[in-house]
Order: sequence, then C-alpha cells, then structure tokens
Amino acid sequence: MRAHDNRAWLLVLPVFVVVLFSAVLPLMTVVNYSVQDSFGNNQFFWNGMGWFRELLDPSSELGGRFLAALVRNLAFSAMILAIEVPLGILVALCMPRRGWRLAVTLVVMALPLLVPWNVVGTIWQVFARADIGLFGAAVNGAGIDYNYAGEPVAAWVTVVLMDVWHWTSLVALLCYAGLRAIPDAYYQAAKVDGASRWAVFRHIELPKLRRVLVIAVLLRFIDSFMIYTEPFVVTGGGPGNSTTFLSIDLVKLALGQFDLGKAAAMSLVYNLITLLVCWVFFTTLTQIDARREGAA
Amino acid sequence: MSARRVVLAVYLLALSLPIYWLINMSFKTNTEITSGVTLWPHEPTLANYHRIFTDPSWYMGYVNSLSYVVINTVLSLACALPAAYAFSRYRFLGDKHLFFWLLSNRMAPPAVFALPFFNLYSAVGLFDTPWAIALAHCLFNVPLAVWILEGFMSGVPREIDETAAIDGYSFPRFFLRIFVPLIANGIGVAAFFCFMFSWVELLLARTLTTVNAKPIAAIMTRTISASGMDWGLLAAAGVLTLVPGALVIWFVRNHIAKGFALGRV
Repeated sequence: MRAHDNRAWLLVLPVFVVVLFSAVLPLMTVVNYSVQDSFGNNQFFWNGMGWFRELLDPSSELGGRFLAALVRNLAFSAMILAIEVPLGILVALCMPRRGWRLAVTLVVMALPLLVPWNVVGTIWQVFARADIGLFGAAVNGAGIDYNYAGEPVAAWVTVVLMDVWHWTSLVALLCYAGLRAIPDAYYQAAKVDGASRWAVFRHIELPKLRRVLVIAVLLRFIDSFMIYTEPFVVTGGGPGNSTTFLSIDLVKLALGQFDLGKAAAMSLVYNLITLLVCWVFFTTLTQIDARREGAA
Repeated sequence: MSARRVVLAVYLLALSLPIYWLINMSFKTNTEITSGVTLWPHEPTLANYHRIFTDPSWYMGYVNSLSYVVINTVLSLACALPAAYAFSRYRFLGDKHLFFWLLSNRMAPPAVFALPFFNLYSAVGLFDTPWAIALAHCLFNVPLAVWILEGFMSGVPREIDETAAIDGYSFPRFFLRIFVPLIANGIGVAAFFCFMFSWVELLLARTLTTVNAKPIAAIMTRTISASGMDWGLLAAAGVLTLVPGALVIWFVRNHIAKGFALGRV
C-alpha cells in the first residue's frame, strides 16, 4: 500500500504551477468572455447567461450551427472508432513477434504518427487529387467520380480515410503491447483444451486487451473529437460546411470573426463535453485496475 | 500463418503509399507534377530541396520548430518526474482529483485555448518566441509525461526506496543517482511522446507566432502563391518534416509499443 504523506504535494508543486498557468488562467479568460458582449474597442458589457442560452437553443443561428457541428463531429468519431478499433486489433494479431520483421513493422507503423498534422493534411490533399494524386487518379480511373473539393460524400471519405491512415497504428500498437503481456502458458492451456482460434481470441486475448482498448478508445475518441488541422488543410471545412467539425467551427468563430463572447461560451460547453467523456473513461479505467489488483 | 502475413503486408503497403507519393513528388519538377500522374520521377531533380536549404526563411522554420520541441520536452520531463514519483509512491490529500484534473488537460481541445493563449502570452511578453509554444504545449505534454512515468515508476519495487533511505541516501541524491537510472527506459518513452506531440501540433504553434519563431508547419502554407501551387516545394518541405520523426522512431522502436500502453501493460 502507498504511504499517506501530504508532503508529496511538494513534489507535485511544479506540475501544479505549470498547469495552473497553462490551463486554469486561460480558462478563466474564457469564462470571463463568455458572460460578456463586446462592440469592439475593448468595451465589454455584461451579458449573463445570454450566450449560453443562444448556444443551447437549436433554433437560433449560433445554436443551430453548434448543433450541426456537434452532430457532424460525433458522426465522424463514431465512424473512425468503428473502423480503427477492429482494424487495429486485426493488425495487432497479425504482427510478427520478434526479429527484423518486427523492427520494420514497428517503424513503418509509427511513421504516420510522427508526421506533423498539417503535413498529414498535405499528404492526403495531394494523394487524393484526381489530377496529381495516385489515389484520386486510381479511383477516377476505375470509373468512380471522385472529387473531395466538390462533393460532401467524397470529402467525408477522404477525411475518414486519412484518419484511418493516420491513427489505426496507434490502436494496433496498444493492442500489440497488450497481447505481448499475455503469458505463453495461457496459449498452451488453450492448445491442450483444443480451443479454436476464435475461442482463443474471445476468451483469452479479448479480456486481456480490455484495459488497452479502453485507453485506445479514449484517445481516439478525444483526439477525433478535437480534430482540427488535418481536415482543415484538406477540405477547409467544406464543401459548404460539410466537414466543419467543432474545432474548425470554434476557430472560425474565435480567431476568424473575433466573436469573443459566442466563442467563449462554445469553448466552455465543448470543454465540458470532453471533460464528461474523460471522467467516464477514467472511472472505467480505475475500476478495471481495482479489479485487477483485487484479483492479484 | 500466411493469411496473417498478407493482411500485414497489405496494411503496411497502404501506410507507405501516401508517404511514397510525397517523396516521389518532392523529386519532380512542377511541370512533371501537373502534366499527369507518373509513378516515379522521370526527370529527378533536387531543386526543391536546394531552395529550402539555401533560403533562411525556409530552413529557419525547422530550427524554430526543433527549438520549441526540445524546450518543451525538457520542461515537461523536469516537472513530471517528481510529480510522477509522488503519484506512484504516496497517497495525499486530493491525489485522485489532481490526477484526473491533469488527465483532463490532455483531453482538452487546443482550439479552446488558442484565443486565451494568444492573450496570455502577449500579456507576459513571450508572444512570437519559442518559449510561448513550449509552455503552451505543456498543457497536454506534462499530463501525458506524468501518466507514462507513473506507470513505469510503479513497476519499480518500493523496497529500493527503503533500502536507499536506510543506507543514508538523502532524497535528491537517491532520486537522481539511483531512481532515475532505474526508469531510464520510461524517461526515454516519455521524452519520445513529448517530442512527438509537440512536433505534430500546429494550431497553437501557428496562433502564438508571427515572424521570428514561426514553425515550419506554418511556413509551408506559403507555397500557395498567385501563380498557383508550388507542389514540388511543398512536397520537399513535407518530406523534411518526416526526418526527425523517423530518426526518433528508429532509436526507440523497441519501446514504442510499451509506451503507447503508458507503461502499465
């Protein structure tokens, strides 16, 4: 058991100060803006809960815009989770266990993760273009009309495909780490029992993967929920507003139109949603840990 | 066995193709790029790279990016090490809440912070310096580093701390001489992740700079000019941003998977 000692706060102090400066202070500014209205010239007027009321009312201009972006973003997150999690598990199961093949696999898989996000956008912007990109040219060559700058469906396909390219490896690497932690004895026992491949996966591998899968789903959900740079570079949020996700909309509102009050209110609600999701996952994780400690 | 190899080979090929396409384009002339799809450069040229390495407004972008990434990595690790030790060894007032609060910062959308950071760093006079971006990236890197390091530290038996105390080591001496070498792997993994997330981020880095500290990612948008897109130059600049990442991956390839599971698998 860990010892109870409040002097440990001294060790946490540097982190506390840094986060106070880089998270709490800025958030206070946001709270401050969210209850005020400005007509330029740095003149601010008290607006109370006005912005929040407008934001949460889908019939207003701001509320409708927020709801549309929220729905789009949730749809996007659901889609990429539905593709990346099963695909990641599949790839992890196929990865070699040792040797030069493993080294090559790890390096190739990690590469997309270290590409700056705007370069990810650039890569796909080029790759999916019909005139100069391999993918765009191939799809159009196959007789399918495909132009991500013109039609919403093509734009969505491009953005989802890009995210799958970018992040599936993260899920796969996490699952791979989880699989490696399963002792060989489990597999031998399954062999003795004559278990099928599916039974091994269902009753040995999947339960052991639960913890890493929670981490993977959390990271993928949150990161896709705040995605900005990649779709911004590829589609700029278009065509029309069809790929304008929450962060893109927020940046438009805050830095584009400089609508401080509206943007601040939207920031807070946006942040609150991520906080809520984060809390649910954190509770799940600590419960899994507690159960594991209890079992050990 | 062979089905596994096929799946893996297809997946790795799908990962490599877009990157190959970027590399391929970077060695082409713009005439070749715009005149049609060619699978490899028919008239290979180094002109795109030459322009980047001879123009300070281009190559300084890489220097700027690397400098805030390095500052951020050192800063994040320096703060996170003692905190992670506290979380892994002690229970204290509000520890669970603090841990969750830290974690929630890793999950907060940078877009929420873009505007307040702009105001904050302008107010304290750090705007347009590498320090502003390095500090801003601490928002998500410090919690991440604490999380990873805590996982690795929990794997070190507590008896080591007690033995060192009995042997008369003071806490700082124990921590630096004995404990830090024991979790060197974990520190490597944490550094890798701090480097990675600071290197790939654009929104905050772009918002907090105008001229002097502009990161390469922001400079790349310059390739759109009145005469159209300079695709070759854009591709070459993109390829060069892959180099630091590729080098880092090669060095830590054996620890990547463990680090992704945050040291707790």
